[in-house]
Amino acid sequence: MKYGYYPGCSLHSTGQEFDKSFKAVCHKLGVELVELEKWVCCGASAVHNLSQLMAIALPMANLALLPEMELEEVVIPCASCFSRFKIAQHSVKTDKKLKRKVVEAIHKDCNDEAKVIHPLTIFSQKPLISQIPTLVERNLSGLKVACYYGCLLTRPPKITEFDVAEYPMTMDNVLRATGVTTVDWPYKTVCCGASFALSKPDIVVNLSHNVIQEAKLAGADAISVACPLCHANLDTRQDDMAKKYGTHPQLPILYFTQLMGLSLGISPEELYLHKHLTDVEKIFEKIGQPA
Amino acid sequence: MTEAAINLDESSLKLTDLVSAVGGVDVSYCYQCGKCATGCPVAYEMDLVPTQLIHAIQLGLTDVVYKSKTMWLCAGCLTCTTCCPQEIDIAEVLSTIKILMTREGGTPQVPDVLKFTQSFVQNLNWFGRIYELGMVGMLKLRTGKFTQDMAMGMKMLKKDKFHLLPRLRGGSAVHQIFKRVKKQEKP
Repeated sequence: MKYGYYPGCSLHSTGQEFDKSFKAVCHKLGVELVELEKWVCCGASAVHNLSQLMAIALPMANLALLPEMELEEVVIPCASCFSRFKIAQHSVKTDKKLKRKVVEAIHKDCNDEAKVIHPLTIFSQKPLISQIPTLVERNLSGLKVACYYGCLLTRPPKITEFDVAEYPMTMDNVLRATGVTTVDWPYKTVCCGASFALSKPDIVVNLSHNVIQEAKLAGADAISVACPLCHANLDTRQDDMAKKYGTHPQLPILYFTQLMGLSLGISPEELYLHKHLTDVEKIFEKIGQPA
Repeated sequence: MTEAAINLDESSLKLTDLVSAVGGVDVSYCYQCGKCATGCPVAYEMDLVPTQLIHAIQLGLTDVVYKSKTMWLCAGCLTCTTCCPQEIDIAEVLSTIKILMTREGGTPQVPDVLKFTQSFVQNLNWFGRIYELGMVGMLKLRTGKFTQDMAMGMKMLKKDKFHLLPRLRGGSAVHQIFKRVKKQEKP
């Protein structure tokens, strides 16, 4: 299997743990990734608040790189990038006038037929999902994990074509295949505060605290995420939560690819587990120290 | 009756038409069921819940709309867009109001949100890929809140989460796209 890989800005910076662990897991599972050489920012959660055309043009400029590299599919781990690509494709498919404007802006053809997929979709497809249990090297069943999908993987479902928006199970199914125990909880797709990370941190502290509290109530030892912004909000704001609400949550926040990697026998260093602000040592109390 | 009467005439539709022309979403389908307000995770901070803002747009109350905090407090989670029984892309409507206000030089009630967007877009225009440390710097210059999140930032620096210098890849491509978009957006 060979996929074009669009990392996006976060995975090259504050979300580098996601990039490293995703690549390590793909290597282990025989999924080949080719990074789009000249990729640019997709506009993320900001550009569509200043210019609709720019917000559509940026993902389409990136998709135009695929045929140049003889690729048909692109895999995008960042939920925000994934969403912007899906929305852009949907917009040019349904609005011919807009499509002409985008072509004029990017000076290239609109590649609206390219397949944009999320890593969880690759890992949850047969036959890969049934092969995963045979590759497990480490038993993680003692670890209870709350799978947090956030907003943009599932919403709006007609555009992202990912999973059910109210109660998705794709990440649960993938992690269960690796032996992790996932919990039933109601905050799978409730917002963490998203792009207010820097502009309205008080909202982030409040919303992310709700998510963490619900995960704890469900008995989770950790939260698994698929978005660098969800990760940043849930991981880096725990000190602020302690200040505001009196107790420190101390709940490890991991990318689902890091958990997959641990079960597949990849070392914690290679998975960049040491990069998180909230200590992840607690998970080893449940699964034993690495050999 | 303490509230002033709302005068409705043909000009009241102007705002609805403008939102439709700029954002491509027709708010006239809304019948104020309130589902968007119920689902919105940030409604507790808003002066008008999304339903009320959409109603104000329908009534052509540009002043009420522009003076609201609501669109600036939208986290972009798309819950409203997903649950609307009339399939109105409400989040897109809120973005459209922000675009209109920024074009007209309006003053947002939550200025830091616009400052973040402007810092992000400027950074993108310069570097092509987001240079996060530079963006934080730009934002702080705009807001003057230099000490906010200092402790967290230091921890992240210690963990080597940021690149200290920008990587200049794709900057010129994005800059060209920006120029061609601006040209097309000129009224």
